Amino acid sequence: MTPEERKDLEEKIHAFVGREVSAPTRGLDDVNAPMIRHYCEVLGDENPVYTDAGFAEKSSKGGLIAPPTMLQVWSMEGYPMCQEPEMDVQRELHKVFDDSGFIGVLGTNTTSEYYRDLRPGDQVTTHCVIDSISEQKATARGIGYFIETLYTFTDQNDEEIGKLVFRVLKFIPNDSNEADASDDSGDDGMPETPSRIASPRGHDNAWWWEAVDNGAVLIQRCKSCKTLRHPPRPMCGECQSMEWDSIESSLDGEVFSFTQIHYPKFPGYPYPLVIGVISLSEGTRLIANIVGCEPEDVTIGMKVKGKVEQVDEKTMLPQFYPLPVDKK
Amino acid sequence: MMNTQTLAYGDVAVGDKLPPLKIDITSGLITGAAIATRDFTPVHHEKWAAQAGGLPDVFMNILTSNGFMGRFVTDWAGPDSTIKGVSLKLGAPNLPGFVMTVTGEVKAKDDYSGIVEVAVEGENNVWGTHMSGTVKIELPKEA
Repeated sequence: MTPEERKDLEEKIHAFVGREVSAPTRGLDDVNAPMIRHYCEVLGDENPVYTDAGFAEKSSKGGLIAPPTMLQVWSMEGYPMCQEPEMDVQRELHKVFDDSGFIGVLGTNTTSEYYRDLRPGDQVTTHCVIDSISEQKATARGIGYFIETLYTFTDQNDEEIGKLVFRVLKFIPNDSNEADASDDSGDDGMPETPSRIASPRGHDNAWWWEAVDNGAVLIQRCKSCKTLRHPPRPMCGECQSMEWDSIESSLDGEVFSFTQIHYPKFPGYPYPLVIGVISLSEGTRLIANIVGCEPEDVTIGMKVKGKVEQVDEKTMLPQFYPLPVDKK
Repeated sequence: MMNTQTLAYGDVAVGDKLPPLKIDITSGLITGAAIATRDFTPVHHEKWAAQAGGLPDVFMNILTSNGFMGRFVTDWAGPDSTIKGVSLKLGAPNLPGFVMTVTGEVKAKDDYSGIVEVAVEGENNVWGTHMSGTVKIELPKEA
């Protein structure tokens, strides 16, 4: 996309901000007990104030109420959604994005507020405007824009009963993501649990990972001045020699520093997940997981012993255990 | 399981953990809940439509995830509580065969309004976090 094309697109999309998506629309069904019951049945919601009229009557609610989370349900257009939908302002806006290649669409957030409980017989009217469009953002899914649509709900007395901000990302899909999603299923159609991210192996470091695959952690050594170095690289930082060999580490070490990954959780990794910088007795440092103890028990300076282990079906990694050494 | 005794505002402390809820995700749940929420978008009931969008099967709609946020908190708080708001951030999709475990923790209390904020996270066993966010719920001053 050229800067001119981008400017043109942004002018077009920003003209949509503040526009009403459609005229205020009363729900096809007023709040009613059968639809509440169906919803609670599928969601397994046993709250008696939704479905047990006798209980609800005697409770502080004084009668049946709808689950507040159903608010938007009363505004849905229903089965026509799966046929060719009628063009409205929202769909026009999406089409402007589609025409510029931003064909991906992903609901990312909803923020709902419920001002009062609704009861069977309440009428819900929905008002909907395009509230904001973000600057262009680089996201994990691809480059895109966040669109926020504001829904305001009113009742038969024109009183506001709640609101909903719905945030959608319109984006140019990253090809790699699409490939991942479609290639991600096993024989039975169930997506496989992802394994760990594969080690990046290049010209200067593949030998190191290949040694790990065979159960050894090597440390690169300058042939001319004997200085050890890690991670692997072509030239000695001390004497600039490009001649090197390696020694095998004893994997005795101590914790130089560490961190614990809480959020976001990466599929394929075990939690709790502690990552340390280990000072090896040979003098170089190595980044590796610290396992075999509670995260709270990890301290800087703690003596550890490493083992190269198979951590998932494809991956060998050095991992470090607190001393005393697990004799195996 | 629903708690039929409503918690009083004073019974709840910041840091309290809610009982976890495990939800088996099936095609029946995804499609049934999409229809119960009046969401007929094809990706929630038509496998080929989901596949055209790059996913292997139908996936849970947002209204259902929002509904589970609410149910999870009222299961704990009891029938006299009142949900005031849900903020929901969506992550990895929920597909048939997954199991979602929902956990929650009380993060804040407002003595004036009696509203408690509960942080909720729903994590599926295959792709990780499906939903995370906050449910605001008003509890009676006395049970």
